[in-house]
Amino acid sequence: MNLESGVGRMESFLRGRRDDGAKLLVVYITGGYEGWEAAVETAAAAGADAIEIGIPFSDPVMDGPVIQEASQAALEAGATPSSVLAAVPNLDTGVPHAVMTYYNLAHHPGHERFAATLANSGIDAAILPDLPLVESGPWRQAAAEVGVETIMLAAPTTPDDRLPELCAASQGFVYAVGLLGVTGERSTLASTATEIAKRCKNVTDKPVLTGVGIGSPEQAVEASVVADGVIIGSAVVRRLLDGGGADGVGELVASYRAALDAG
Amino acid sequence: MVMTDPNKEGRFGEFGGRFVPETLIPACEELETAFRDAWADPAFVSEFHRILNDYGGRPSPLTECYRLSEQLGVRILLKREDLNHTGSHKINNVIGQALLARRMGKSRLVAETGAGQHGVATATAAALLDMECKVYMGQVDVERQELNVFRMHLLGSEVEAVSSGSQTLKDAVNEALRDWVATVENTHYCLGSVMGPHPYPWMVRTFHHVIGDEAYEQCMKLMNRVPDVVVACVGGGSNAAGIFSGFADTNARLIGVEPAGGAAVGRGVPGVVHGMNSYLMQDEVGQVQEAESISAGLDYPGVGPEHAYLSSIGRAEYPAVTDQEVVEAFQLLSKTEGIIPALESAHALAWVVREAATLQDQAVLLNLSGRGDKDVDQMMDVLGTENNQ
Repeated sequence: MNLESGVGRMESFLRGRRDDGAKLLVVYITGGYEGWEAAVETAAAAGADAIEIGIPFSDPVMDGPVIQEASQAALEAGATPSSVLAAVPNLDTGVPHAVMTYYNLAHHPGHERFAATLANSGIDAAILPDLPLVESGPWRQAAAEVGVETIMLAAPTTPDDRLPELCAASQGFVYAVGLLGVTGERSTLASTATEIAKRCKNVTDKPVLTGVGIGSPEQAVEASVVADGVIIGSAVVRRLLDGGGADGVGELVASYRAALDAG
Repeated sequence: MVMTDPNKEGRFGEFGGRFVPETLIPACEELETAFRDAWADPAFVSEFHRILNDYGGRPSPLTECYRLSEQLGVRILLKREDLNHTGSHKINNVIGQALLARRMGKSRLVAETGAGQHGVATATAAALLDMECKVYMGQVDVERQELNVFRMHLLGSEVEAVSSGSQTLKDAVNEALRDWVATVENTHYCLGSVMGPHPYPWMVRTFHHVIGDEAYEQCMKLMNRVPDVVVACVGGGSNAAGIFSGFADTNARLIGVEPAGGAAVGRGVPGVVHGMNSYLMQDEVGQVQEAESISAGLDYPGVGPEHAYLSSIGRAEYPAVTDQEVVEAFQLLSKTEGIIPALESAHALAWVVREAATLQDQAVLLNLSGRGDKDVDQMMDVLGTENNQ
């Protein structure tokens, strides 16, 4: 992060893409799952604007069945925060990287140490879905000191009076949670997705991306009418679980990219 | 007071807090406000106690164990939570939370359960107050607690077997949280122990305070003094918190007994899971470990944050006992007093038996948190059907 301006690599990269007129596409992949590194690279090559790398945790309360299954498989294959992060510097993506994991994996080694590990591994930003704004101060400070942006989640239930503070605290982008529920594809886009994105856009000029519940390129386009873009996770991971491999992920991401570019 | 209200961030010392997804923060705030409001309303408190008395069977008796006391050389008094409706202390908390949920306009309860006691109690309260109810239970527990699963069905609740992770209590909590994240507008999460995000640890302890209040009065009446030791088993720690709260400001020793395979306090490593910062069994990088105990109700790798606090300030002690000691205590109470305890409660007795030499002539108040009927099937496997020991 540029400590002078307070704007980190994730945010400046995504702002740049938005200013160029693009709708943003962030792709989540579970770190440590078989073939994940190649999947990250093909996702980036197929048009992802940033990659979100999941560090598997034993108790992923914000995740639905698909990401739970991939996390469990990765843990059983021996994935650890260190093993996932050690692979990141070798990934050839050309786009910013965030990690998505749960707070205990930052709490256990200590904020300073975990933040430094992220920074040293080429991670630009962190998403900790079980660390809400009210508990996030000490972590955000430790992360900011080593230039790691903390992306905060805004939920459909977040009241109007807290939203400006939440968006102001969020760095990189604002993660608008599209529905009441855990990660996973849904057959239609929830009406809450547009509402929360609109509410966020009203109080911040940071990129606002909608995630949770995006199940098709058409839904991504629909969500991006108001939001600056979308985050896709379960749809991508399901390709990996179904044996689609990096090529399957590349095809899927390309279909979202094409739909978003066509508007 | 030692066991007082948490601070405004929901912390007991450094423990507690509210570590849940943003989606649930407003629900936790709403719950805290509703609970403060209800508990200050004499009509709510009076209805709570009326149901606990007329329906739940309170006050529960204090039973002096003459034969066992003579055998061990320790004066043992049992607080008989096993005699409550549904067979354990759990009914206190669920009646409180179900009344609160109704007051908040919620029509549906979700709950997690380990041994099934909290699930049965929640299903009971849902039937009583005409609410929809879904109970999450680890697949492993569904198999070892078949009878309680059937009871919940009889009471009109849905039971969902959780096959993720270790398939026990911690995974049932995860699944109940996931349900609540999606249904928070009409659903109350009826959490079963003094754990989870603020205000749960404090609220659940408050609903169980009645155990400690009654026991204090009963001890004064019987002995005109407080006992030397107050002992209870600890998984999440609700029955212990309830009875401790009556004696925290006296000079009685407070002992919370953990299973050796789930000794969160004993291992003393702070961590954050299920909405709280507390002691947590975890590996060297912070992955939560699976607890292993003969008792499904104590198969939990964490502990309520107030217990972590009481341990950190030295006010309560948290020793661990082995499954073997528990099995022996289970049989001992059955044979000497004609009381079959829950395997959970047998942990408390196992500690008394082990420490009997150091407790000679002392008065020990033991919270008999539940009855053992639910465990009989499992104990037939452990002991064999022709057990003549």
